[in-house]
Amino acid sequence: MTLGTRAGLEMGKATRDAFGRALQEIGASNDKIIVVDGDVANSTRAEWFGKDNPERFFNVGIAESNLIGVAAGLAACGKVPVAASFAAFLLCNAYDQIRMSIAFPKMNVKLVGSHAGISIGEDGPSQMGIEDVSLACSLPGMVVMVPADEQSTRKATQQMIEHVGPTYLRVGRGDVPAVYDENVDFQIGKAITVRDGGDVTLIANGLMVSAALDAAEELAADGISARVLDMHTVKPIDQAAITSAATETKGIVVAEEHLHNGGLGSVVASTVTSTVPCKMAFVDLDDKFAYSGDGDALLQEFGLTGEKIAEEARKIVQG
Amino acid sequence: MTGNQNATDFDQLTELAKSLRKDVLIMTSEAGSGHPTSSMSAVEVMTSLYFGGIMRYDASNPSKPDRDRFILSKGHASPILYAVLAEAGYIKKDQLNTLRKIDSPLEGHPNMLRVPGVEASTGSLGQGLSMGLGHALNAKLDKLDYNVYVMMGDGEIQQGQVWEAAMAAANFNASNLVAIVDLNGYQQTGPVSSVTNPAAYAEKWKAFGWNTVEVDGHDIKATHQALVDATAYSDGPSAIIAHTKKGKGVSFLEADFSWHGRGVPKDRLEEALEEIG
Ligand SMILES: Cc1ncc(C[n+]2csc(CCOP(=O)(O)OP(=O)(O)O)c2C)c(N)n1
Ligand SMILES: [Mg+2]
Repeated sequence: MTLGTRAGLEMGKATRDAFGRALQEIGASNDKIIVVDGDVANSTRAEWFGKDNPERFFNVGIAESNLIGVAAGLAACGKVPVAASFAAFLLCNAYDQIRMSIAFPKMNVKLVGSHAGISIGEDGPSQMGIEDVSLACSLPGMVVMVPADEQSTRKATQQMIEHVGPTYLRVGRGDVPAVYDENVDFQIGKAITVRDGGDVTLIANGLMVSAALDAAEELAADGISARVLDMHTVKPIDQAAITSAATETKGIVVAEEHLHNGGLGSVVASTVTSTVPCKMAFVDLDDKFAYSGDGDALLQEFGLTGEKIAEEARKIVQG
Repeated sequence: MTGNQNATDFDQLTELAKSLRKDVLIMTSEAGSGHPTSSMSAVEVMTSLYFGGIMRYDASNPSKPDRDRFILSKGHASPILYAVLAEAGYIKKDQLNTLRKIDSPLEGHPNMLRVPGVEASTGSLGQGLSMGLGHALNAKLDKLDYNVYVMMGDGEIQQGQVWEAAMAAANFNASNLVAIVDLNGYQQTGPVSSVTNPAAYAEKWKAFGWNTVEVDGHDIKATHQALVDATAYSDGPSAIIAHTKKGKGVSFLEADFSWHGRGVPKDRLEEALEEIG
């Protein structure tokens, strides 16, 4: 992984690993937690919980809509079900079930989608969740989180369990740079200012936070001071952080490993236009499916890099 | 149309099956990922289909309206599909070792826009039978005589959509549609029997109105006969439950389901190829 190199970040664990470990730990003391799996628990890392608590683990088979319905039923009985699968299959295959059985009746189900983004690489587009954030955000009451690294995913997992109501947590497959240590101040709905700056703001989530930090480093060399906000919660969005950025800096670049329509960029843009309009640019997957290939190389080919973010930021600063 | 229309030479098909298995092993080992074991259980059925004179196709004209169609609904078994398409002349054999590389059309899961002979883009399990039914219904609309074969996994058929398609196909009396269930006993995280009862699969297809047979999916003659019969059946859709082994042909792959989704490491490839002979 080349992301995070310029910013001098060390490699850390994959966010799915952090989720799996945190779930295992929390699950040991909270017997309300039930995991519902769709035959991918070794991939999502929910199997670590499953091995410790076989009686609280259900593999309903390769049947995501069934998975969601079962989780909804458990939630109706007061359990705290964690419904984990690939982001693509969970959100896309079972969208109506998530809408009708979970979102509408406000069921306390914790959706977790792994293998998000094109960085999964070789398995190709059918397995890459690149529209999941948009789908999750479209549902009233859904909390949507896209943590950047291991430590913030740990905290996101804890808070997802504590939060009462439907949530969606997006995690990735591969190892990613460590942005934070264990003291990270992660709160649902509150952006983290990873780096302060006054010329331009880079808003990112997931592994693009590392890319934004690379960009900030590159911009600093040009004498441009960039603020980097980790917008790990896409919904509810941190309006205050966005309006401050729009007021105090010349504009905002949003970077995400997701399709353009309906992702973090759309949410930030709608916040900006209804509060303090400012210049904006977007670094994302545009309107295209990807293809198979080395994950790192795909990030380069699709322009999900610090260089691309810096280029867009320069345009904003130079007007 | 090409395809072997002469008396079936089962010795030749057996040899071909071996060579296709080797292709699968080599290409996934080279790629460093992919699903060799899911491919290896499907080899005999696909060999019979494409090279035993069952399917009528013309590799030089992949969109010929009256071609027979094969849909690999369990798209992760793409390596065997690519190996078969190369053998059939749709793609070049030397392309096989580009599997999963960034500039290769041979993606981790089949992409119909990039590979001639791929009839459906698959990889999200459970969708192939419905698409196959669409193709099958079209034959009547366009007054064409062709058959549609859809291969699914024994874990895959846990998807509700499969049974939606199964009910609809029986209702439409789609006798040009043949479903093949590759009953290799395992899915991603363990045995199928820990989730659903594979012993009851044949009964289920029958109950849904399908002409259903069970067959040893590694017996080339038996699979061939089952495909001949299913193709000839004219009173509704047919299902073939093929009893197979995941990783068939290489004992260390057969012995451990956790090979699912992993290529054979380069230092064990020789051993695996030797066992196939
Ligand atoms: C909708 C969907 N859910 C989950 C997966 C992940 N997945 C890929 S292969 C597989 C197991 C498939 O088992 P089976 O159908 O028995 O096929 P086999 O590999 O045994 O041939 C799973 C769960 C997927 N590809 N699609
Ligand atoms: Mg199977």
